[in-house]
Parts: sequence; C-alpha cells; structure tokens
Amino acid sequence: MSGKPRIWLFGDDVNTDLIIPGRYLDSYDPAHLASHAMEGANKDFAAGVKEGDIIVAGRNFGCGSSREQAVIALKRSGVQAIVARSFARIFYRNAINLGLHVIVSGTADSVFKDGDSAMLEVEAGTLASIDGSKMAALDKIPKHVKAILDQGGLVPFIKSNLRNV
Amino acid sequence: MAGRTFAEKVLGRASGNPKARAGEIVEASPDLVMSHENTFLVDKSFSEFGLDRPLDPNRIAIVLDHRTPANTVQTATVHARVRKLVNDYGIKRFYDVGEGICHQLLVEERLVRPGQLVLGTDSHTTTAGAVGAFATGVGATEMAGVWATGSLWLRIPETCRVELSGHLQKGTYPKDVALRIAAMIGPSGADYKCIEFDGSLIQDMPIAGRMVLCNMSVEMGAKAAIVVPDAVTKEWFRGYDPPVKAVVRSDPGAEFERRMEVEVSKLGPIVAGPDKVEISRSVDKLEGVGIDQAFIGTCTNGRLEDLIAAAEVIKGRKVFPSCRLIVAPASRKILVDAIDMGVAQTIVTAGGTLLPPGCGPCLGSHEGVLGPGEVCISSSNRNFRGRMGSDEAVIYLASPATVAASAIEGKIADPRRFLK
Repeated sequence: MSGKPRIWLFGDDVNTDLIIPGRYLDSYDPAHLASHAMEGANKDFAAGVKEGDIIVAGRNFGCGSSREQAVIALKRSGVQAIVARSFARIFYRNAINLGLHVIVSGTADSVFKDGDSAMLEVEAGTLASIDGSKMAALDKIPKHVKAILDQGGLVPFIKSNLRNV
Repeated sequence: MAGRTFAEKVLGRASGNPKARAGEIVEASPDLVMSHENTFLVDKSFSEFGLDRPLDPNRIAIVLDHRTPANTVQTATVHARVRKLVNDYGIKRFYDVGEGICHQLLVEERLVRPGQLVLGTDSHTTTAGAVGAFATGVGATEMAGVWATGSLWLRIPETCRVELSGHLQKGTYPKDVALRIAAMIGPSGADYKCIEFDGSLIQDMPIAGRMVLCNMSVEMGAKAAIVVPDAVTKEWFRGYDPPVKAVVRSDPGAEFERRMEVEVSKLGPIVAGPDKVEISRSVDKLEGVGIDQAFIGTCTNGRLEDLIAAAEVIKGRKVFPSCRLIVAPASRKILVDAIDMGVAQTIVTAGGTLLPPGCGPCLGSHEGVLGPGEVCISSSNRNFRGRMGSDEAVIYLASPATVAASAIEGKIADPRRFLK
C-alpha cells in the first residue's frame, strides 16, 4: 500500500451499471474491467484510484445485476474495502466470495468527504481520518462472513474445508 | 407455535432443518442451478478446486442468451468454451443460441417446479417464483462453490406479503402493477426479503403476468418473490411428469414482517424513469416526450401475451418514421407462436425489427445500443443510466402496450387511445 488511502464518496443506490456497464462485459479481463470501474458514477475514478483506497457510500450499494465483474473491477482497481450504509445482497456476497471487504456503517458517508484520507481498522471497527478529527464506527462483520474473508474468499475457504473432511 | 412462511419451509427442507426460522443461516442444497454466458466465469472459479466435474451435473441448466448470436469474437470464444464444458461435464440441460432467455426457459420447459430452491447467476432469477419456487440470484464464484459442494449458506429471509385486489382496466397490465409497487417499496425496501404476492387479482392472473411481478421484485431488492401457488400453478404443470400433487405455501398463522394492500382498479398505464425504477408517473404526465427507440422483449415482458398486447396497438398502423421499434421474443416457442398467430407479421409490416430470442439490447451489448442524447422506452426492467449504451441516453420503462403506442407516435403515448 503506497501513500494514504483516499476515500471515494458515493451516494445511495449505486447500481452495477454505474460500477461496470454491460457494454464492457464482453471481456472478462480484470485489467480491462478495472479501466472502466465506476465510470457511470465518477469518470475520474478509474484513472485516479490507488491501491488501498476506500469506497464510502450510502444505501443499497451494488444494486442491480448479479455480475461478478462489478467486484472484479473494483478489486483490481486496488480498492481495499467498501463501507456503506447497506449493500444489495448479490453484490455483498460477490464481494465476500472474492475476498473484498464490504462493511456496513451507519455514519461513514455523512462523516467523510470525497478525497479525505483515512485509515481502516477492521478489527477495531473504525474508519478514522489520519489526523484523528473524523471517525466512523463500523458494524461488526458477521462471523460466517468473516470466516470466508479470513481465507481470502470462497474458493480458498471451500478448498480448506474440502481438505479438512 | 406460529405457522411457517413459504421461505422457512423451502429453505428448511433444502437444508434438512425443518424447524429453521427467518433470520437463521442455513447450509442449503439447491434443486436446480442455472447460469448463462457467465458460466465461463463460474468455470474459471470452479477450475481452482481441481475437481473433475461438478458434484451433480443433472441439477445444472445452462442457457446462452445475453449476447446471442455472438456479438464479438470475445463472446464467440466464451460461447465455444461453454459448449465444451457442457460436453465435458455431461450437462444435459443446455440451451444454445436462439432458444431464448434463461428465466423464460426455466419456467416454459418446466425445469423449475413448485417448492424448489433454485439459484441462478442472474439477478432476475426471482422470476421463477411465478410457479411457486424460491428462486434467487447469486454471483459466478458462489455458483462455482455450489457446483463443487452442492450447497451454499443462505439466510432465511423475512417475508413481505403484498395483497393485490381489484381488476385491471383496459390498457393496464401486470407491468403497471409491478412499477406501482416498485414506487411504493423503493429500490431497497425489500432488501434481503421474500415478497409473496397474493389476493384476488392474482387468482385470475396467468403465469406470464405472475412472472412480471416476480421478475420486477429484484428491483425492490428482494432476495426471492413468489406468487402464492394455486390452481393456476398446478394447471401449468398438467401433463408434465411427475404430477404436482402439492404446492408449498405459507401457513395461515405465519409471521410476515410487512403486509401491504394494493388495489389496482384505478391504476392506469405507468411509465418509470429516467434512471430510476422507483420514479414513475401515470402515462399522461409524460405523454409527448419524444423517443428514438421502443423496445419490447426481455425476461420481464417478452412473452406471447406481451407481443399480442403490442400487436393489438400496432395493427393497421405504422411505426413513427424517426422511431425504431425493436422486438425480441423471450423464447423460440414464443417466436413460433407469434409467427403462427400473425403477431410477428403485424409487428414487422408496421416497421418493427424482429430480433432472435434472447436478451437483446436490454443490457447494452448489441442489437439496439443507444447513442448519446437518445431516448428509449422499453418493456424491460432497468432504466439505469448507461445500461443500454451511452451514459447520455435516457431509458423509460413501461408495459409492452405503452411501448407499442409510443413507437407509433414517436413519443410517449397512452395505449388506451389505441385499444378498442
């Protein structure tokens, strides 16, 4: 991770067509998908996002299609986590399954501004600005979800379970 | 002890956990799993397990529908890869280019049966709730996990019960009802929930209309949606083995998290958009908005009933010169029936363009992509910005009859003026 994680702020109901529209889905290449990530919501995102950056959003993030390419695009962009008031269910599962942290917070989108720098402390359950002036509490990641995230996603999780039977 | 909901019963049965209640997380085994072009992505994750083949290929259905016939070399390569794995794994329920849309085929081919747990790598998998199944969308890696293990974790959802009463006026259809409910519930109002549609309106509603309601429920965030199965459901399976002896329904004393009542007798045609499904108005508020393209089709409204409704409006008229009417039947069977009945002839001679069965331009990959500044009225389910092409194009949603009327006038129009 280089530099300070930047917050990219989005509103409510960011749908999968804004994250990665269907016209880019002929290719499954992660780099291609990442080069168009969030194009419909913020045209500067794909070029500006850095490894370790954090998306903060409102309600129902990722609503719409089941396309896993939405998560692939964001993960390949370097996004370390998405903190939102709520997530659409298929996007939420897709993110967990690919090892991308999706964390619920009732306040992060009102506390932080787009472009703020912040540190994410998953274990402590906080998202805090570097100078400590701003802080948002994060909901605890549910146990069954954490078990998958701890393995890095569903495939390694299942593989470790297959080994253990 | 309170009665159990439909969701509790199906997920309880599928997880061997008959006492399970809403809010519990269970490990459930789906009866049927479906994927489309993204089978490519499913198999990419599946290959990481190092297994020879999926645990139970007989539970897998695969349909190529999103980009059919192939729109690019990349898609053609994906299609070829999917055909190869279908053969390698011995998957029998495979529907190649031109057969139709996955959600249509699951119901039309009677692959989905009442009381089943069905997964699909597509958000509109909820459509199969029209025949009384618990059907929900997942992503590709999730599906790979199910191919490998035969099960997945699911939280048993709470239930939102929608009681529909009254009779639909002329020119008003299940799509108008669905758009009305979407406006009431909002885009996340049913997040993680199962919606159950019941009431006097649905008692006479054919499976096609029921599919519209269940299909559009995902636009309200629903995990699954059903029309409470009844005599119409059983009739749908008449002649298909094994016979449907019983259907799964919520017990009379079951606990519903939310109850809504919707009376439809005063409802007229609805137009939703632009950009948001939940922003909708009665057609008269938008009449006169110019359109460049009118699209009838998709898993929402590409069925025979929809093409007939459109043809009733179109018959003896011409599509407005500066407007394109594009029609994609949801399956080969629907296309054949539309040809037999003269519906296809009506559409094409009026100036409409008939596409092969499939998703068509709904997701913006081909066959009617929108350019900057263009306006489309569509019988599909999503009007999200950029979905059908340019970020600067605008999409409105409506019933097939409203779309057809708009195609004739070249602007958003009330279908009731065209119907006798």
